[in-house]
Amino acid sequence: MNNVVLQVERLSRTAGDRLILSDVSFSVNPAELLAVTGASGAGKSSLLRLINRLDEPCSGTVLLQGVDYRSLAPRELRRRIGMIMQRPYLFPGTVAANLQYGPAQRGKSLTPADVDKLLARVGLDGFAGRDISRLSGGEAQRVSFARALANGPEVLLLDEPTSALDEAATAQVESVISSAVRDRGLACVMVTHNPDQAVRLAHRALLLRAGRIEAIDTPERIRDAQRAYS
Amino acid sequence: MLNALIHDPVLLGVVQALIAALFALAVTLFARSRGVALTRDAVVSMLRGAGQIVVVGLIFVALLRGPVWIAPFVLAGMIAAAASTSARRARHAPSALRISIYAIAAGAGCTIALMAALGVIEFTVNSLIPVGSMIVANAMNANALALDRLRAEIESHIGEIESALALGASPDAAVRPYLQAALRASLIPPLDNLRSLGIVWIPGLMAGMLLAHGSPVYASIYQFVVLALILGSAGITCTVSTWLLSRQAFSQADQLILRPELSSTP
Repeated sequence: MNNVVLQVERLSRTAGDRLILSDVSFSVNPAELLAVTGASGAGKSSLLRLINRLDEPCSGTVLLQGVDYRSLAPRELRRRIGMIMQRPYLFPGTVAANLQYGPAQRGKSLTPADVDKLLARVGLDGFAGRDISRLSGGEAQRVSFARALANGPEVLLLDEPTSALDEAATAQVESVISSAVRDRGLACVMVTHNPDQAVRLAHRALLLRAGRIEAIDTPERIRDAQRAYS
Repeated sequence: MLNALIHDPVLLGVVQALIAALFALAVTLFARSRGVALTRDAVVSMLRGAGQIVVVGLIFVALLRGPVWIAPFVLAGMIAAAASTSARRARHAPSALRISIYAIAAGAGCTIALMAALGVIEFTVNSLIPVGSMIVANAMNANALALDRLRAEIESHIGEIESALALGASPDAAVRPYLQAALRASLIPPLDNLRSLGIVWIPGLMAGMLLAHGSPVYASIYQFVVLALILGSAGITCTVSTWLLSRQAFSQADQLILRPELSSTP
């Protein structure tokens, strides 16, 4: 238990009379990727938004390195828990300016060497000066990945990061995710609608159904359970 | 032509108003023949506008003969009415009435008070109320535009704003580009007015002074003064209103709460 980076404790959220998540608990260790799977509307993306505190839970909490996240300033929490959205939402300007965005919020800046290193990590060497309007979908998603890494997070939340990408770009992004988890020891929670992707990348998988945890198991067993159910 | 036939100024005004109304009505009837139904709205608006301006004119005549201390109260009433109108036009923005009152009071109120203290606006009822009303009315328009635009900008850039928050940005930093866009858009009309002054249009105050046989040079300069004050007060109004709305858009925990799906949740 001492090793746990992220502990989600009985998170629940309702909007009006609509249940979004109920009593969701799990933990993630360093260098571990937990895949969150389930049908559309099961609450997968809502779960990530609650962990990043973009939404407020009705009950339950999240512990980051054993500290209740409500005792952390939201900006500090979000620096330590990076989030990559389904769409990259890059800011107008160059790739380097996007990478500088997070550190600049704390009055810091990356050296050109830091920028190059981050871009090399996501397989985009030499892209620092490129305008974001000239990036493909896969490149843009990898820039958003590097942008999140620029903050030096301890936890990474990925919301279907390859859902809008073709096969080749998906393979590139998956490789970037694997190496970030392995090399940087990141605790990672990734939402995916693709059980095979969970098998390729995840150490464990969590199946959500109608806002509740159905099972937490190996990705293979979760994939089989999903297939049996559908 | 009418001047030669009618010598009584009130009767002349009534006849001129009727001709102008008939002209506007003819245009709406033409629009109706093209499938744009405006006639009812136009008739109601003209009757309402004519009634209001006659009543206000009569009140104004009484006020102009009153003491100068009346002016701040009249202007405060105008600011309240302007805030209410502005808030109705920007009704989808949260706390629109409260924001509009603060913003228009800060923008128009401070501009009028400062300029009256400096002597740019003469400290008389005849000057404070008409010039003040122009400043308040333009602050009202700019405020409604700014609130509506900022709300629309935020609602159409939710992904970008939440991405910025997720990277550790403060709400101010996350919303800044959209706040700047709203501010820029709301100041386009007063800027255009200044830019086209004298070339495209001769505004009401200047026209009034010229019709009253005032000095054309002073009328021109003073019109510029009024338009510059309008721009300044609109700038303050919109800066305050967009800032206040941007504070309303986020929770204490820096969460974006100005989202359509949240406002539809009971």
